[in-house]
Amino acid sequence: MLRVVHYINQFFGQIGGEEKADTPPLVKEGPVGPGLALQQAFGDKAKVVATVICGDSYFNEHVDEALDQILGMIEKYQPDIFVAGPAFFAGRYGIACATVCKAVQDKLGIPVVTGMYPENPGVDLCKKDVYIIQTGDSAAQMRDAAGKMAKLALKLANKEEIGSPEEENYIPRGIRVNYFANERGSKRAVDMLVKKLKGEPFTTELPMPEFDRVPPAPAVKDISKALVALVTSGGIVPKGNPDHIESSSASKFGKYDLEGIMELSAETHQTAHGGYDPVYANEDPNRVLPVDVMRELEKEGKIGKLHRYYYATVGNGTPVAKAKQYGQAIAKELKDAGVQAVILTST
Amino acid sequence: MKLELGNIFIKDVVFSDETKVVNGVLHVNKEAIQKALMDSDPRLAKVDIDLAKPGDEVRIIPVKDVIEPRVKVSGEGGVFPGFISKVNTVGTGRTHVLKGAAVVTTGAIVGFQEGIIDMSGEGAQYTPFSKTLNIVLTCEPVEGLPRHEHEEVVRLAGLRAAAMIGEAGRNVEPDEIKTYETLPLFESVKKYPDLPRVAYVYQLQSQGLLHDTYVYGVDAKKILPTFMYPTETMDGAIVSGNCVSACDKNPTYVHENNPIIEDLYERHGKDYNFVGVIITNENVTLADKERSSNYTAKLVEYLGLDAVIINEEGFGNPDTDLIMNCKKISEKGVKTVLVTDEYAGRDGQSQSLADVDKTADAVVSVGNANVIVHLPPMKKVIGHPEAANVIAGGFDGALSSDGSITVELQAITASTLEVGFGNLAAKGY
Repeated sequence: MLRVVHYINQFFGQIGGEEKADTPPLVKEGPVGPGLALQQAFGDKAKVVATVICGDSYFNEHVDEALDQILGMIEKYQPDIFVAGPAFFAGRYGIACATVCKAVQDKLGIPVVTGMYPENPGVDLCKKDVYIIQTGDSAAQMRDAAGKMAKLALKLANKEEIGSPEEENYIPRGIRVNYFANERGSKRAVDMLVKKLKGEPFTTELPMPEFDRVPPAPAVKDISKALVALVTSGGIVPKGNPDHIESSSASKFGKYDLEGIMELSAETHQTAHGGYDPVYANEDPNRVLPVDVMRELEKEGKIGKLHRYYYATVGNGTPVAKAKQYGQAIAKELKDAGVQAVILTST
Repeated sequence: MKLELGNIFIKDVVFSDETKVVNGVLHVNKEAIQKALMDSDPRLAKVDIDLAKPGDEVRIIPVKDVIEPRVKVSGEGGVFPGFISKVNTVGTGRTHVLKGAAVVTTGAIVGFQEGIIDMSGEGAQYTPFSKTLNIVLTCEPVEGLPRHEHEEVVRLAGLRAAAMIGEAGRNVEPDEIKTYETLPLFESVKKYPDLPRVAYVYQLQSQGLLHDTYVYGVDAKKILPTFMYPTETMDGAIVSGNCVSACDKNPTYVHENNPIIEDLYERHGKDYNFVGVIITNENVTLADKERSSNYTAKLVEYLGLDAVIINEEGFGNPDTDLIMNCKKISEKGVKTVLVTDEYAGRDGQSQSLADVDKTADAVVSVGNANVIVHLPPMKKVIGHPEAANVIAGGFDGALSSDGSITVELQAITASTLEVGFGNLAAKGY
């Protein structure tokens, strides 16, 4: 029989309400409070061997300490599954469940399940990494939540395939997964069109994300004194592409020296980019990375100086999350180097 | 405009001393086709012809285009107007199709972006061309040929070969006949006064070399959005300028068999009135994008449409065209459904599109092209396997010494076509 350790707060642990929220972690053998509903849902397939209880205030005010203690308590019982909550709409409890679940999953390598109301702040903390059963906003839905959590926990422990959020009742983790649909894409589009025309409900296959818009930085006060860098997603790299930056879906960016280079040429540089006609960029790489013009501006005193290094990656088919990561890393290096302005060129 | 498509089901393909169809078997005269291609283009140094059939342990890499052999039996003009035939308006009369056969072009790399067709194994399930009987042309141009001309040489060779092979179906009785008809706008509206009016906004990739599409021989980046009968593309009025990232560039085969057009015809006259196709482009400059999307939205309004399906072709930069079209058409009070693929990262956790808008509330996803696939070694490779290291979707070390390839799905030809040619889809987990 599978072994389960359950985490709950002081309130569900029947220690007390807000006045007991500073209770440090403690452990009790067997199920407590909501653990009974959980045990019932597990039936004879799994046994709640221990319950860890911690006050919400204590956890949130002593995160590292509490986590250490809690992980130690859990490890001792060698569980096959770890379940936290459900926390419903209780914010601090939700944050504790999210934090403990992530730690147990990462450090102990044990599958975890929790349950929360979608607006619980704990959701955003861990939904990408942890299965969170979607619950109502109050403990009135305890039995329903415990049933769904137990079902998913068993699947995870038995390494069964986990279905879609709708099938398993968990909060979508924002992970896009390919599958073969019953109908080809064009048929699905026509069916959706007819539903939309008739005013019938339809489900988009790609919900629009929140688009991240970056406000431009304020203008540089005196550009004639500024250290200016060039950064490109147009794939301009030294000839031969020494870092093997991919032509699409780049896994890295490159940092290249411009010391003593007055302009780029077909002999010295090329593009690694696979998403546009490369002929003109290869003929004259300054068309994408304008080193020639920057040197002229430098000579004329219109800019202070061109930064010694330029940064390049390929913006073709590169996921936004990766692009963001490269952008942040490049920005940090540029700031550390005292660069005051950057010219970003695409393709 | 009414077109009958006479499908001749091809069960096998063999080399022979005459190009003909006998009892569903396509005979191909290799030498005659080679000679004709060489004679018609002095820029072609060498052309090899291979056969690749479903289930074969064969890999074709890097694929430039796939073309379905067709022949115009009656009605105005001939196939691939503007290239092979004169620029008559096509789309009427009868056209015979060698259904199940395909001409595939491959050759030395022109740019970075060419695709893979595996006839068996893991990769085969993602490309529709693992199920066709492929006549594969490996084209080598004369030395020193500029890249744009190299592309043209390969494109024309493919079209010429397809037209020559298609001729074999001219006098063969088709196994089935499908009829498609679209009336002139006013007649169509008169016939179906109570049905909502629907059109298809057909985005054509037009970003430059290996990202181009041609309409009646015209480079699509030079067109303003315009209106056409759906059957025109069935006769090859729209031709691919060879492939970029192979997963979502429509090969000529797919322009001939556009599934959105087929499926819109399916419910035409019942759930809506499918009045026609608006073609538009995906140029690289902002002014071009603004102009084309303004023009497309204007046509949608002018034609009094109630709803449109819009497809993307390619990814990244054309996401903007898709969203601009969606936004501007929605603002006219017209309903939209979009078809696109996704670039959500190998782990599926990134944002899928480079541009989004809240009006895009009805989207069909044809899959995440960043997903990694492992392609086993094949007994025979037609083309250049080392291309796997530099094609879009490939990466350094993608090709192993045993001949297996690890690539992103985007390297597989026609795996995520945004006209919804296949069943692949993606959903949120």
